[in-house]
Amino acid sequence: MRTCLIGLICIAALLLAGTALPRWLTFLLTMSFANGIVALGIMLLMRSGVVSFGQGLVFATGGYTAALGFGVLGISDGLLLTLGGGLVAALLAAPFAWLIARYRGIFFAMLTLALSMVMYGLLVKSTAFGGSDGLNIGRVSYLGMRPADAWVGYANYAVTVVVVGIVSILMRVYFDSVRGLVALSARDNEIRVEYLGSSVQSLIATNFIIAAFCGGVGGALAVIALGHVEPDYSYWTRSGDFVFVAILAGHHSVLAAFIASVALELVRSFSSAYFPHSWQLAMGLFLLAVIRFLPTGIGSLWAVRTRSTSTKRGAA
Amino acid sequence: MGGTYALNEYQTGCGMNSSSAIVARGLQKKFGAVTAAADLQIEIAHGARVSLIGSNGAGKTTFVNMLTGYIKPDAGDILLEGRSIVGLAPRQIARLGVARSFQIPQLYKALSVQDNLLAAIAAQQSALSFWRPAHHPESVAHAHEILQRFDLLVHADRLVSELPGGVRKLLDIAMALTRQPTVLLLDEPTSGVSADEKFPMMDTVMRALEGSRTTVLFVEHDMDIVARYSERVIAFYSGRIIADGLPEVALAMPDVKRYVTGEMIAVDDHA
Repeated sequence: MRTCLIGLICIAALLLAGTALPRWLTFLLTMSFANGIVALGIMLLMRSGVVSFGQGLVFATGGYTAALGFGVLGISDGLLLTLGGGLVAALLAAPFAWLIARYRGIFFAMLTLALSMVMYGLLVKSTAFGGSDGLNIGRVSYLGMRPADAWVGYANYAVTVVVVGIVSILMRVYFDSVRGLVALSARDNEIRVEYLGSSVQSLIATNFIIAAFCGGVGGALAVIALGHVEPDYSYWTRSGDFVFVAILAGHHSVLAAFIASVALELVRSFSSAYFPHSWQLAMGLFLLAVIRFLPTGIGSLWAVRTRSTSTKRGAA
Repeated sequence: MGGTYALNEYQTGCGMNSSSAIVARGLQKKFGAVTAAADLQIEIAHGARVSLIGSNGAGKTTFVNMLTGYIKPDAGDILLEGRSIVGLAPRQIARLGVARSFQIPQLYKALSVQDNLLAAIAAQQSALSFWRPAHHPESVAHAHEILQRFDLLVHADRLVSELPGGVRKLLDIAMALTRQPTVLLLDEPTSGVSADEKFPMMDTVMRALEGSRTTVLFVEHDMDIVARYSERVIAFYSGRIIADGLPEVALAMPDVKRYVTGEMIAVDDHA
């Protein structure tokens, strides 16, 4: 209940703030939140002890689903396209989930990366998907309403905030649930989890599918805001961005995924504006600083303290 | 062999009873040329407190690993309350009622003691809920009740990584007991625990088990612990059972002295 309340307050505050923000910042936040929800999926995997280096696969799947849904199937509702993006990404991930869940560490990461690069190869070569040029998507409507030109940016922002907000609330509920705690304990000690009667493989496979859904939703939201999707969405550097955000955020806090995503976009935008030839250097230094001073991510700044307080309250 | 008579008596004359907690029939296991289990016949009643003793490589851990599904026997069968458990995965056997603690405690070091218990309670559920809070008041009360039984409530908020060895051992056993198992396997429960702490620790464990029908098997090298806390001793040597009986009888057998406890035996005894 408390989680829902905090989540709804955050959504309302962001919707209100969006009306006063400049357009460039609204767009930056839209893209940050769309990327953040993909990183949230990686965070979910990190909580069960694995990291995917191939979330570009599901991000691109979500994006292409939205573009094809709009262009081929004639679906113009942005919410339907977003939901479709998430579902198709989850369906695509499902057949691989139980296989990949048997692996750990670098093997898990490389397998997911390999899948995303296979996807990249298919997208580049396939004319049905627009080849290396990708696909465009026109202006979408929301619940039957087509926003006026001046409000398109805000409408995309508002829908992104609401969708991401709802998914985040559900994710927090999951993190705090019975299954969430068992998955978190698997990160620490798989042997104990198995000898207590739970299947770690099943936990990771389920989390992989949920993470895929998040990635697909993020891809669809990003493509709707940008109006274009291309094979680069599935390229390994894109997946690296999501891992970057997830490492920056840590695995403790849902909110941290979005703060980290916004931070990354801000650093990238400003450093590319002021140091156009060396902005990657600024990014690298930023990541080094985070790893040095916040090795468990920025979420550890408040999440660990909150957990400690609530544990004491529960014991009292 | 001084223990041969006892061995034959227990292996051939025990008339396996399917209502027992555990029945092992003709268990065999080889690792290359090494025989870790040679036609083991073991029957253990409900509620029994049994020590498994033997030197390193004697076969006791292999027996425990076969019982928990970690390794599969080459031949033979293991019945848990009359049901065969050979070939099942550890988690399936755990669900049927076999719990274990480990020589090196297997805990969630990044979590608090309370969260370790809550995770253990959560893992028991057949379908792990996406919605039910792990810190549900009922679960927390259950966790506190178990922690209380093991005198661990005072540590509830501490991270496992901060705990001393003895407390970790107790927590490991407490987590195994959350399922109220039919059989509890304790793998060297006092190893790594100081001499001053081991008896109080075992007292705590036995007190926590009082009144339960749980069968307890503990692998132990400390013969003082074996003599004080078990009502039956099974001694292993080279994959075979060389003694099986009351502690005072089994520990006095020449083969047990020779191969397990390492005591010097008088020439007359040997003859």
